[in-house]
Parts: sequence; C-alpha cells; structure tokens
Amino acid sequence: MEFLSYLISGISLGSVYAIIALGYTMVYGIAKMLNFAHGDVIMIGGYISYTAVSAMNVPGWLSVIIAMVVCTVLGVIIEGLAYKPLRSAPSLAVLITAIGVSYFLQNSALLIWGADPKTYTSLIDGNLKLFDNQLSISYVSILTIVACIVIMIALSVFTSHSKMGKAMRACSEDKGAAQLMGINVNFTISVTFAIGSALAAIAGVLLLSSYPSLMPTTGSMPGIKAFTAAVFGGIGSIPGAFLGGILLGVIESFAKAYISTQLANSIVFAVLIIVLLVRPTGLLGKRIQEKV
Amino acid sequence: MSKVKSMKKSSVRNAATYGIVVLAFILVSIFSKAGVLSRSAQGLLVPACCYIVMAISLNLTVGILGELSLGHAGFMSIGAFTGVIVSMSLQAAIPSVALRLLIAILSGMIIAAVAGFIIGIPVLKLRGDYLAIVTLAFGEIIKELINCLLVGIDENGLHFIFNPTGAKSADDLGLTEAGKVIIKGAQGATGTATIANFTTGIILILVSLFIVLNFVNSRTGRAVLAIRDNRIAAESCGINITKYKMIAFVISAAIAGAAGALYGMNYSNLTSSKFDFNTSILILVFVVLGGLGNMLGSIIAATVLYVLPEALREFADYRMLMYAIVLILVMLATNNPTVKNLFMKIIPGKKKEKTERKKEVKKEGASK
Repeated sequence: MEFLSYLISGISLGSVYAIIALGYTMVYGIAKMLNFAHGDVIMIGGYISYTAVSAMNVPGWLSVIIAMVVCTVLGVIIEGLAYKPLRSAPSLAVLITAIGVSYFLQNSALLIWGADPKTYTSLIDGNLKLFDNQLSISYVSILTIVACIVIMIALSVFTSHSKMGKAMRACSEDKGAAQLMGINVNFTISVTFAIGSALAAIAGVLLLSSYPSLMPTTGSMPGIKAFTAAVFGGIGSIPGAFLGGILLGVIESFAKAYISTQLANSIVFAVLIIVLLVRPTGLLGKRIQEKV
Repeated sequence: MSKVKSMKKSSVRNAATYGIVVLAFILVSIFSKAGVLSRSAQGLLVPACCYIVMAISLNLTVGILGELSLGHAGFMSIGAFTGVIVSMSLQAAIPSVALRLLIAILSGMIIAAVAGFIIGIPVLKLRGDYLAIVTLAFGEIIKELINCLLVGIDENGLHFIFNPTGAKSADDLGLTEAGKVIIKGAQGATGTATIANFTTGIILILVSLFIVLNFVNSRTGRAVLAIRDNRIAAESCGINITKYKMIAFVISAAIAGAAGALYGMNYSNLTSSKFDFNTSILILVFVVLGGLGNMLGSIIAATVLYVLPEALREFADYRMLMYAIVLILVMLATNNPTVKNLFMKIIPGKKKEKTERKKEVKKEGASK
C-alpha cells in the first residue's frame, strides 16, 4: 500500500512536471531557445490565482482561468519585447536575455507580493479512500493526473490536425521553408508562447494545490526539473515531454521515500545523465544524422 | 605578412590585459590605503577577484571550447570546500599564512581538476543543449553531495562521514576533545579562518590569465579553436576531439577550483547552497556580456556586474529589478543591427577589421 501511495504521488508530481515540460518542449521545438523564464511564469500564475481567490473572493476555478489569461498575455508580451528582436542573434544571447527576464519576473513578484511565503488554498480538498482506508489519494492528485492526460492528448491532436499546429511543426522543422509556404512565422511563434504560458499557469495552480508554499522563487526548481524532463524524453517531442515528466516525478518520489530526501534531486539528475549516455537525444528524441 | 601582424596584435592585446589588471590593483591599493574605500567596498575585493577568475575559467569552456556549461559553480564549490578542509587541517602544522593559502589553493585546483576529468568523460560525449543540461545536473549533484558531508579533524587526522539520510550529526564524527568540526553537512563550513586577501586574488587573476592566454596561443589551443569552429573538419584533419576537449575542460575546472578555494577562505561561514544554479548563471552572464573568447571583456564584465548591484544599493528593493532590466537592454542593444553599425562608425579599427574579413571571405568564395 505504501508503495502504491508513493507511486501515485510520484505520478501526480510527474504530471505537473509534464505540463511544464510540454510548454518548454514546444517553445524549444519552434524557437530553438531554452526559455529559462518559463519556471517564473508558473510562479506568476500561482500568485495571480492566489490574489484572485484571497483578495477578490473569486471561486477557485475562475481564478485558474484568470491566471491563464494573464500568463498568456504575459508570455506573448515577453516574447514580443525580449525574444523577437533576437531571432537572428546567437543562441547564447537569447539564453542570457531569458535569464534576464527570469530575474525580472522574480524581482517584480518580490516587489508586488513580498518575500514572505504565502499559503495557497488548494483548489479542492479531501481524499479518496480505498481498501478500507489503507490507501488515501487526494482529489488534487487525481485532478492533476487527469488534467495532464487531457492536455497531452489535446496538444497531440492540435499539433497533428489543426492548421495552426501544422504550421508550428513546419516552423520547427525549417523556418525559411515554412515562410516560403506562406506561414506567418512570427505569429506562429507567438501562439506557441501563448500556449506554453497558459500551460504554465495551469501547472502553477496544480503544483501549489499539492505544495502550497508560494514564494517569488517557487517556480525556479520546478522549471529546472521540467527542463530536465523535457530533455529526458527528448526535447522537442510532445509524448517525450509527457513520458519524461511522469518518469521524473516517480523517480523523485521513490528516491525521497526509499533512499534519501536530501539526495532526491541528485538521484533524478543521475538517472538523467545515465539515460543521456545511453540515448544522447533522450528517450523519444529523434536522432538526426549530421551531414558534411 | 598578415600573420605577423595579427600575432603582434594579439600579443599587444594580451599585454594590455595584464597591464589593466596590474593598474587596477595599484589603484585599488592606493585608494584602500588612503581610506577612500568603505568597509563594505573592501569586503567586495576578494569575491570580485574570485568571480573574475571564474569568468576567465568559464570563458575557456564557453568561448574557446564552445560548449555551454551551466554547472561551473560546482567546480568552484569543490575547490572552496577542499581549500577550507586543507587550510583548516594545516592550521597547526604550517604557521605561515601565505604558504597555507598557496597549498589550499593548489589542492582546490587539483581536486577540481580530478572532478573535471571524471565529469568530463560523460559530459563531453554529448552536444549542444544536452551537454548544457548534464553540466547543470552535475552542478546540482555536487551541491547536494557536499550538503551531506560531515568533516572534522583532531590529532588522529581527518574524519569523514557521508550522511545521506540526515540522521547523523557532528557528534558522530568521534572527535576527541581537541577536535574541531570543519564541515557540518547542510550548515556548511563554519569557523573557517579567513586568510584570503586581495593581493592573492590579483595574483590568481594574473596566473589564470597567463594560463588561458598561453593556452589559446599554443598548439593545443589552436586545436581546441579548430574543434569549436568546425568539429567535423577538425576531426578530418586528424585532431583527437575527445582529448583536446578534455584538456580544455580540465584546465577550466582547475582554474575554477582555485577561484573557489580563495573564495572559501574569505568567509568564516560557507554553505554549499551558495554555489547553486544561479551562481553558475551569474558567471555565464559575465562571460557572455564580456564577449565570448575575450578575456579582458570577461574581467571587465565580471567587475562591473559584480559591483553594479552594490552601486545600485540606493535603489534598495528595486536594485535587482534594475539589474534585470539592464541585462535585457544590453543584450537587445548589442544584438541590434542599428546599434552595431553605430559602434562600427565610432570605432574605425573594428570597421576595418570587419571589412578585411569580409574581403577574405569573398576571396575564398571566388576561389571556390
């Protein structure tokens, strides 16, 4: 029973990582940039939802939508102001700008909401009791897992069937060719950022429902973990991000339970290193042969 | 003819780099003697030197070798804690502070180089962003491993405990009465004798500059540059890619270890969480803003960006926000074609260089 409950909490944590990693991987696939500010968009989403509930008495589900809208707008603004002018710049320049945006978001949150941790009230309370109360699963975990699966399926359908999704795939393959085919590349990239940021808001709310402490630095560690998850599964691949996120969450949960709480992150990273040594492009990543 | 000219140019630039460092040292020493520098400003001198050395070290990996490392603070951490352990254990045996400092820095350097070699084996097999994430992973792993370390010393020698569950405490080290705890797990190193000083910092900068600048102009350095510019072409010319990448990576790790050792001995209390992802990123920012492969740029960027948050202190809470905005604006400006052209007009030498290079490229294209 203990094993099962660790497994479920691992999958639930992994689902949050997977949702963040989906945003990461889509942005990476299309803009070929490591968006280090992604983790901080999660934190902003959490604060917006928290403020909506505590200051304006908005019901929980509505606060999620408000957070999504705000984060979407924020994502598009960040992309337009900071990343768009650097489209042809070297990738390190874009990386440093993303770090600048990350600092900016963290310090803005620090000025607006203060440094003291806020306690986020969970979206839904209560536990599901199974097997004569031996196994207790919180409803938040179930909601997180369901949300992750729904998002993953919706994104897969969107990228493979809708016109916009096809445009995204075309842009991630070859921007120049996509432009010649009449695709508005800049608009497509903006839409990708919008989707990624909306997902980050959802992930923020779900993360805080399980781990309710909210600070300006809340987003950075989940951001790094999600980045790891995206690489783990093969960066640029949507099923890869899903698989990587879930596996990462489960490994972390088991490492915390059975090996060592202090070394949990190290174990996660060690598994990542081993996987990358065996498969240098991640679990589901495509191996591209270099042509001379 | 053009080769001789460019050689001359590079040696002039190197001499200027050394000169600026020495000049800065003399100026700061005079100011400090004259009492112009405040206490807080004097406290910044040694860490600033450490960050400059870190920037030089990371520039070797990112600028010269061309691989993005996001875990460079890990090597700094290894150097720092090695340095602290060595200097504390030799406290009784070697009374001379300078000698102890030297031995501590050298041992920090050696251990970090060994760590660089071990980490380099898996890391250098990967490429691009995959390599970056693995260096990030190693940085975090080093941080957590040191968090689990208990080290103490008594007359029987050093005592180590690896404490992954957090169940043990410093009492389990089994020290005698005269014993002393050096590293207390997550609390880090406590009660370190602070023997680092500004002169050592400047010497360390000059030595690491000497190592890196000579490395770049050596046969090995040219091989590394060739790998950076085109891996496949370099390989087909018979350059052993793994070997040269490893040499550059290990040198970079060793320099970072030396910087860390000096840093560690500047504070009486030091936790390994000081050397986290954010520190690695901070150093990367110095390197990118200073210019990839440009050591003088790294030194200037590290100095300015390390001192800037202190200079912005009058903005109080807004200072880190200002820092972020400055960072974004600088990146946007330096990559803006209009601004770039403006710079070309202001600095005529650069323009000439650029056009010459363009002509060469054209010639190459024509000969094809």
